[in-house]
Amino acid sequence: MNIFETLRTGLSSILTHRLRSILTILGVMIGITAVILTVGLGQGAQSQVASEISALGTNLLTVSPGSSTSTGGIRGGFGSASTLTLSDAQALANPIVAPDIKAVAATSTSNATLVAGGNNWTTSVVGTYPSWLSVRGRSITQGRFIANVDLTTQANVVVLGSVTAAELFGGRDPVGQSVSINGVPMTVIGILNTVGSSNTSSTSASLDDQAIIPFTTFRSEVVGGANRDSVGSILIEANSSASLSAAYQEANSELLALHGITSSANADFSIQSQQSVLSTATSVDKTLTILLGGVAAISLLVGGIGVMNIMMVSVTERIREIGLRKALGATPRVIRRQFLIEASILGLVGGIIGVALGIAGAVVLPHFISNPIELSIPAMVGAVVVAVAIGVGFGVYPAGRAANLAPIDALRSE
Amino acid sequence: MSMDESLDEIANPLNHPTVTLPVSTKSTPVIAVREIRKVYDTGSFKVEALKGVTFSIERGEFVAIIGPSGSGKSTLMHILGALDVPTSGSFELAGEDVSEMGEEQLAEVRNRKIGFVFQQFNLLSSLNAWRNVELPLIYAGLDSRRRRQLAIDTLGRVGLGERIDHRPGELSGGQQQRVAIARALVTNPALILADEPSGNLDSKAATDVLNLFRELHQSGRTIVLITHDRDVASQAERIISIRDGLIFEADRSK
Repeated sequence: MNIFETLRTGLSSILTHRLRSILTILGVMIGITAVILTVGLGQGAQSQVASEISALGTNLLTVSPGSSTSTGGIRGGFGSASTLTLSDAQALANPIVAPDIKAVAATSTSNATLVAGGNNWTTSVVGTYPSWLSVRGRSITQGRFIANVDLTTQANVVVLGSVTAAELFGGRDPVGQSVSINGVPMTVIGILNTVGSSNTSSTSASLDDQAIIPFTTFRSEVVGGANRDSVGSILIEANSSASLSAAYQEANSELLALHGITSSANADFSIQSQQSVLSTATSVDKTLTILLGGVAAISLLVGGIGVMNIMMVSVTERIREIGLRKALGATPRVIRRQFLIEASILGLVGGIIGVALGIAGAVVLPHFISNPIELSIPAMVGAVVVAVAIGVGFGVYPAGRAANLAPIDALRSE
Repeated sequence: MSMDESLDEIANPLNHPTVTLPVSTKSTPVIAVREIRKVYDTGSFKVEALKGVTFSIERGEFVAIIGPSGSGKSTLMHILGALDVPTSGSFELAGEDVSEMGEEQLAEVRNRKIGFVFQQFNLLSSLNAWRNVELPLIYAGLDSRRRRQLAIDTLGRVGLGERIDHRPGELSGGQQQRVAIARALVTNPALILADEPSGNLDSKAATDVLNLFRELHQSGRTIVLITHDRDVASQAERIISIRDGLIFEADRSK
């Protein structure tokens, strides 16, 4: 009996017991769909986080002021004191001191209300240097970025994020228009590129909603204040992602030396790389994927047990048929193969429908939930293979039982 | 019997069965049973269903095996049908020693040499008449065109040429049994083994079916009919009575 006959017999038996076959297929199908969607959700979340973090600037290190230790031994809260100064930033920019550092941008940030015509909008105002653009990996879509001359002249110029510009000017061309920040009129000289995706994640949104002004202007016009040399944070761009840890070491030891601190445990600053944020975020997502994938795998297992259950019922129900086929010359091998083929067809059909539903879900679901779902071809092929393997694996026992039935007993059963 | 010869027979079913059988089997009996015993060992006790049975059936004979229930008649039928093997003794089917065969070989012998007709018909309800008839040919490995042709020819031979596409549920009991007989004939087997073939039929259909067996006998078929009914057995040309696991009488009155 060749494989086509076995296939035909298996198919006709599946079609004869239509409802039973559909229920079995349903079990496998739900399992496969669940696996595809959960793995897709996990991968989607991982790549979303990765792209958001890389949008913050590649090869980026952020030096933040740490806690200062008062003489009374009471530690101030993290970030409460500005222990970083402009001279720190200048020192780090020196290629002899820190050869792996490509660019440095000192920044200070403050929230302020911007007014243009009848519109006002509160956003974060960043005072920084021309190097900010390359350090953050941004570009200008319209006009120009702040230049060194703006710093030396303390020019009242501002570069707006795309969201900020839209809020203040609507559809009008903002370049050349005037905006007042905390009452100080400034001229819009450029617009930053848009990095946020269509989703409304807070990280992306804040990247497109900010106003950049020269550091010197920021110091004199936006914040009045005590220590005007102190900076909010220092952004460092390493030469490459490979030299990120070298840049980290150089910045760390240089700042410790400048601040006269001997042990890095007492450092009054902290250096954070985007990589560390990224790996934390992705490891959280991975845990979630494993958890969800585990649940999906269990549902797949339940589907497999469903296949076995149905095949057992099928064997019991068809004892007479098996007996007859044996009496007519079917060998145990042929009977076993027939039941295995039936089980694997059920698995295959369930797998294919499951993958199709998974794809449909990946297209439809993101319209209702904010998370993207990323489909991977290997995962889908794997899912179908697993579905067939489940059919065969859980079909072995029932098929063996059918094959080993004695033809007389089988024929006698009622 | 070589593969070619058996295929030739299949290609030429029923018409000239005496001519197409290979010469070598002409002198050997279809069934040669010697001192067959069958013991069922259930662990706690043993039941000796056959206590040493010896007989032979020649080609072209129509033999009824008769006996009350518990006589060992069913056990004998299982052994003759290669569904089971004896505990001791020898059984040759058309010259081939079946008593020592394993499962796979027995399946092949059943396929090539035996056509079964059961009391319960045992047709597959999901398949139409000709699909039922072609089943043994599938296991024999014939291609689908030849299978279909042979199945339809054989159905015509048993008077069901008009009903080849009907499912068992759409046929009367007598017609279903005819389909089953066609299925038994389609491989052109050495032996037709019928177990109470008229037991589930009304008297008219039963007479029809028994007449069909007589016709088959007249065309040269070797038929063994197992029954508990003396009237049915009387249709055969020889009756083997079995009781308590032994042959009680071998009547050659006809």
